[in-house]
Amino acid sequence: MEESRINILKSLQEVGFAVIELELYLDTHPDDMNALAAYNNLVTQQQNIMMNYERMYGPLRNNSTQSCYPWQWINDPWPWEIKY
Amino acid sequence: MWVYEKKLEYPADVERINPRLAKEIIAQYGGPDGELGASLRYLTQRFTMPSNYGKALLTDIGTEELAHLEIIAALVYKLTDGASMEELKKYGFDDFYAIRDKAIFYTDPTGNPWTAAYIQAHGDPVADLHEDLAAEQKARATYEHLMDLTDDKKVWNTLAFLREREVIHFQRFGEALDKIQDELKCKKVF
Repeated sequence: MEESRINILKSLQEVGFAVIELELYLDTHPDDMNALAAYNNLVTQQQNIMMNYERMYGPLRNNSTQSCYPWQWINDPWPWEIKY
Repeated sequence: MWVYEKKLEYPADVERINPRLAKEIIAQYGGPDGELGASLRYLTQRFTMPSNYGKALLTDIGTEELAHLEIIAALVYKLTDGASMEELKKYGFDDFYAIRDKAIFYTDPTGNPWTAAYIQAHGDPVADLHEDLAAEQKARATYEHLMDLTDDKKVWNTLAFLREREVIHFQRFGEALDKIQDELKCKKVF
């Protein structure tokens, strides 16, 4: 897989990880306004990177984005096949 | 319902093929403290968890554990992908091969199949959260054993990430338990 694609994927994994971490934290600290602001900011970043990636390389989610012809979801690589 | 994303939570990778390590890492796929058990434990306990934050936490951690199950499978896949019959034999993978080739299955490294007897749900928030806290510590210890068993830097980094997540989950479950115990202490006036 080309380096530029790996780099976007890695940045998505980075932001996605921060979102998960804050999501769990907010479950037990729902009144932490700073954490909530950070969460909202990161979720927006995640959406932007994901849209960008999907526009260039095809769908990451199989039921949330429109597909080019032919149906793109079946294309490889699958997550376990990618070399970092 | 669940939505699948065609990516791993962490860029899990390996430096080289190692079927023996693959077999050891299966411990966290279908072993007693593995990711399958973790996910199924939390995703079923949530239905009888009384508090909203408890339901959210069990849903979210149970879902993250499914992503970890996929990471473990990716490691096992990569550690055996392309391995020759000679390598499979040399690295002690021949007993797994005899039944299922390189298919990834829910067993421990000695072949014991995963069983629901590994997990618990009692419908009691204090009992269930204590079960979850213990489970996270057992999973952390298992990851440390696996890290001791490998000198593959990329595998080690992936295991270190997963180990750290167990520490975080332990922390969050501890906070949920504290909150619930405080609530139980409150005097109820009818």
